[in-house]
Amino acid sequence: MLNTILTPSSPASAPGPMLSHPARILDIKEEAYAIATYRIQFEDPALREAYRFKAGQFNMLYVPGIGEVPISMSSDPAEPGVIGHTIRYAGNVTRAISRLQVGDVMGVRGPYGSAWPLSRIEGEDLCIVTGGIGLAPLRPVIYHVLRHRQRYGRVYLLYGARTPDDMLYEDEFEQWKQQGIKLFLTVDRADAAWKGNVGVVPMLFYQLRLNPKKTTVLTCGPEIMIHFVIHEAIARRIPKERIYVSMERNMKCGVGLCGHCQFGPTFVCKEGPVFSYAAIEPFFGVEEF
Amino acid sequence: MKAPKRKIKPEAAKKPKLAVFKFTSCDGCQLSLLDAEDVLLDVVDAVEIAYFVEARDRRLPGPYDVTLVEGSISTPEHIEQIQEIREQSKFLIAIGACATAGGIQALRNWRDVDEFVRIVYAHPEYIDALQTSTPISDYVQVDFELRGCPINKYQLLDVVTSLLIGKQPRTPTYSVCMECKRRGTPCVMVSRGIPCLGPVTQAGCNAICPAVNRGCFGCYGPHEAPNTDALGQHLEDLGMTSAEIVRLYRNFSGYADAFRLASDVYEEMMA
Amino acid sequence: MPDLTPTIGAFASVEKAALQSILDALKGAGYTLIGPTLGEGAIIYDEIQGIDDLPRGWRDHQEPAAYRLQRREDDAYFGFVVGPHSWKKYLFPPRQSLMKVQRKDGTFQVTDEPDPPPRYAFIGVRGCELQAIHIQDKVFLGGPYQDAHYKARRQQSFVLAVNCTEPGGTCFCASMGSGPRAGAGFDLALTELDDIFIVEVGSEVGAMMMRESGWRPAGAFELQQAREALAAAEKNMGRHLDTSDLPNLLYQNLENARWDDVARRCLSCANCTMVCPTCFCNDVLEVSDLSGKNVERVRVWDSCFSIEFSHVHGGNIRPHTRARYRQWLTHKFASWIDQFGVIGCVGCGRCITWCPAGIDVTAEVAAIRGEV
Repeated sequence: MLNTILTPSSPASAPGPMLSHPARILDIKEEAYAIATYRIQFEDPALREAYRFKAGQFNMLYVPGIGEVPISMSSDPAEPGVIGHTIRYAGNVTRAISRLQVGDVMGVRGPYGSAWPLSRIEGEDLCIVTGGIGLAPLRPVIYHVLRHRQRYGRVYLLYGARTPDDMLYEDEFEQWKQQGIKLFLTVDRADAAWKGNVGVVPMLFYQLRLNPKKTTVLTCGPEIMIHFVIHEAIARRIPKERIYVSMERNMKCGVGLCGHCQFGPTFVCKEGPVFSYAAIEPFFGVEEF
Repeated sequence: MKAPKRKIKPEAAKKPKLAVFKFTSCDGCQLSLLDAEDVLLDVVDAVEIAYFVEARDRRLPGPYDVTLVEGSISTPEHIEQIQEIREQSKFLIAIGACATAGGIQALRNWRDVDEFVRIVYAHPEYIDALQTSTPISDYVQVDFELRGCPINKYQLLDVVTSLLIGKQPRTPTYSVCMECKRRGTPCVMVSRGIPCLGPVTQAGCNAICPAVNRGCFGCYGPHEAPNTDALGQHLEDLGMTSAEIVRLYRNFSGYADAFRLASDVYEEMMA
Repeated sequence: MPDLTPTIGAFASVEKAALQSILDALKGAGYTLIGPTLGEGAIIYDEIQGIDDLPRGWRDHQEPAAYRLQRREDDAYFGFVVGPHSWKKYLFPPRQSLMKVQRKDGTFQVTDEPDPPPRYAFIGVRGCELQAIHIQDKVFLGGPYQDAHYKARRQQSFVLAVNCTEPGGTCFCASMGSGPRAGAGFDLALTELDDIFIVEVGSEVGAMMMRESGWRPAGAFELQQAREALAAAEKNMGRHLDTSDLPNLLYQNLENARWDDVARRCLSCANCTMVCPTCFCNDVLEVSDLSGKNVERVRVWDSCFSIEFSHVHGGNIRPHTRARYRQWLTHKFASWIDQFGVIGCVGCGRCITWCPAGIDVTAEVAAIRGEV
């Protein structure tokens, strides 16, 4: 006897949340060494029409025979008909994606997970702090802000990459600047042409003056970087509730059924990947947790 | 939007060349490939079998795309041969307990080989053997190790398939117990007091021994995090002597690091 | 003519042999009977045909890392507790095909038409196990995304529960509030007395299955006997676990030295997670033919004790046994509550009995509490 069906079957579960849908690659843009942005579109026009996502969410991308991988959307949520994913070729699935070409098909299901709190933070100053490919899940935030520039106060982007060649979306920086986003860039290793900062991302905090009463920090990148970003933000008396972090964990299902992405009391695929630091503080930084 | 034409995949144009070599071993592992009758024709279709003495007379020269190497290195001649094979191979896979851990013949690594030779052979001067029987990876870079005595043909197929479809091969590195419980076998150590190496041994065999009421022999070698101390204590609690524990660890994969170290400690305790 | 169908909530009394008529009725209704039976040196769960397949007259002696079948002095049908199997092997099979994928004409097609799910009647579900099923219901059906495969099997399953009158050496269901009496959610629940079964009717389907059993309303004396047996069982638990303030206790002790201590004993073999009736972690394998054109996606039981379980680009989150054991215990007794509103442990004792190193969760929690 089954008396514990707690919620009615959600639309996502029919015909099954694990079902991947074919999406065709419209174009591929090399961003940096072993990183490219794929713009893809569902084959099924109904899906294309119905699909919506929020900044910070992810899809499970699928290459039949190879497997699935969770990848954040890096494109404009206001244009969900074409979905952008910036992918680093790292594991089996992403390397298989690297062998796909324009016109090829991959599988997509989603969107999953939590989003950056874009409406909650209207009226505030935004301090976006990120390193490497961590900028990808934050680019939708930038697009959103650019579309609704008047709804947000000052917007800072603190971004670091290993070398100048590893910077993502460089061709868009000028436009972002023109629309009032203040860019602070740094690299770990400069080349001859680089005239900017050299050093780790959290150091960039020292170049700006934030108003802790109205600043929200959004950060994504290696956990060690996030650790220091939080430190710098808290040192500037930005409340924990206004520091948002995007976390990475192993995921097999993306829908809270496989157990792999557990981070303390949360499933990163469900309650995350975007968390307020206040929610995860007791667990963040606990070694091997 | 019109999709541009795809370029022809290289594997469509040319089948990858597969070679199978063997050193000191029983041939059982390479026979696993021949034993995969249900898909053998597909394999022959998908790759060009360039060198496989067990299967065909034709012997094509290298370089080879995928090379399977069975057996341990136990003579000076082997050392030269494996280096040559390595040079001729793009992706070299060591298959079986001999190639990945030295095999059962690695038992000699604990003894004086010259003495064996004197006792066994009428003309010991014809014998040119190394003092040790050791895995391929002791001599050359190995791209993938497929464990087992013998290897599991489904794992072998999985590895070959992975390479054909452009995937880094991966086989489970967790314990035999995971496979044992998935197939529903009650733990033989808990329910019958049978000594079993399953909790320290890598999966891959589908836990066949416990399924027929025998403890695991450790054919697949140590798993990713073998706690041989804790298991040893439990084996003692089951009433095993140090000598018995030495024999249990020194089996088909006995010369693999974790098993060798554990058996050495128990050997010391015997004295 | 008297009504042969008891009302829901009724307590009936049946002759022991009449259990066969209930099982026959279930078979007649199209159920496959799954129940405890002797096999492979233990009492396992397998398909049974009738009461003769039950391990009548056997008990299971259990302690950390040891399980032995023993003959009973009587011929009780259910004179044992729980064995190495749990019902999850039927509701959430260890290996299950999720879908087939075919690459064709530059795209791919997914077929996820599952085979018609089997219609199981689970015979002899203990209180702890019923609670475990409820917990997996919450995991697979309680969130925004439901698992269709689990749901299909679960929805049409029948539960014949058995109340425990003789707890085993590693049992602590009384601590976890899941037994010895089966809580809600059964179709029928038996309490075995010397000569009869008391049957509590939990559902309409359960009531229907009673029609041919020759039942009569249980007498006051019989009910009293059953109550006393269960009350005695509650006091007779082999183990005890203090559940007070559990999430906080563990969350505040993430760096407790006990984790290092248990890591020295833990084999990281994953037996505990495999035998646990609530552990649900799984992996999805991509099984391809040589051409890469025909692929099957297969779900298998996974375990947080495997290193690759937490693999992300750049490394594994929990490379050491200390962290993996901490994850498991903290999940069971703390974060499970945050995630699903219940403790993830039902006190069945399987992880204690079947741990080859004899690690005892009740002792580990007590040690972290500072009681050792």
